[in-house]
Amino acid sequence: MRRRAILVYGAAVVGAVALMLFVGWWRVDGPGAPAPVGQRPVTLTEMDFRLTDHEGNAVGPETLIGRPTMAFFGFTYCPDVCPTTLSDISGWLDDLGDEADEMNVVFITVDPERDTVETMAEYVGYFHPAIRGWTGPEEQIARVADGFRATYERVPAESGDYTMNHTASVFLFAASGRFVTMIDYHEPKEFAVPKIRRALEEEMEGAT
Amino acid sequence: MKKYFLTSTLAALLTLGGLSVPALAGPEDVVVENAWSRASIGMNRPGAAYMTIRNTGDEPVTLIGLTTPLAMMPEIHETKTNAEGVSSMSPAGEIAIAPGESVALEPGGLHGMLMRLQEPMTEGETFPLTLLFDDGGEVTVEVPILGIAARGPED
Ligand SMILES: [Cu+2]
Repeated sequence: MRRRAILVYGAAVVGAVALMLFVGWWRVDGPGAPAPVGQRPVTLTEMDFRLTDHEGNAVGPETLIGRPTMAFFGFTYCPDVCPTTLSDISGWLDDLGDEADEMNVVFITVDPERDTVETMAEYVGYFHPAIRGWTGPEEQIARVADGFRATYERVPAESGDYTMNHTASVFLFAASGRFVTMIDYHEPKEFAVPKIRRALEEEMEGAT
Repeated sequence: MKKYFLTSTLAALLTLGGLSVPALAGPEDVVVENAWSRASIGMNRPGAAYMTIRNTGDEPVTLIGLTTPLAMMPEIHETKTNAEGVSSMSPAGEIAIAPGESVALEPGGLHGMLMRLQEPMTEGETFPLTLLFDDGGEVTVEVPILGIAARGPED
């Protein structure tokens, strides 16, 4: 009887250790492995920037702490990648349903010259209501991008205007501000929702 | 010269007839399917048009350009995303389509870039877009304008 209890207990310990090893492998080398260090965003708590959201509120990295965050870069004069990303995200949020209410979803412009607060407000209004649009002075945008290890570049277009090359990945952070993973632009869309759930679950792990 | 069937007159007739014209163009050589675009906010931003272009003939065809009354500078563009996840756009140049092959203009890849809009793109309307081929052939399609958040031709 007693021996059996020990056996059960022992099995549970072995199981727990195996699970921890598996989780460790998943996060370090497995499919859950983060991007190589150097290209990975720093923790949100280590970032420092001041922007304005599309409703005119002052925002910064601290605005995002306490809830999981999905963030990405773009610009409203972008005809192809940005509306596609915003539509994809809107679809993922629809799939997540109520769970999505627990997230920050932020679209940060890399083109503050054209993307004013009013412009951002009009643009995000066409997509999922959870999506917030952030803009600000060029030097603050540069600080955000630096924290995210994202890049952007202004490129003259043949039409006489200009367009922006920019990081098109979607970044996911846990409620603590820790970077969890990113969704690459060309990644199969069926991987996206499970990745977002991972960021959401990380919050629950921290809470219990 | 290969046979290009659908003239803009016919496109106009079909449109007048109330048909939403998803598939058009040459009966033998070039078939354009699932054309769509997104509504614009005003006229300052470029638009993008998407479609599948199929060469059903026996000879290669080469798409060299676009023309439309909607935009002064329509051009075939390609979006590329590099290993670092950075997306950029540039003119795609000529696009050869082998016999029996098709080319997809779709989000994140090739697109008809509509620069210098002459009027806003309004959801629910359509606009004619003419594909120009290197042998002088032309195919005109009526492109439906969907919502700003549309993801594909069915939205
Ligand atoms: Cu383009």
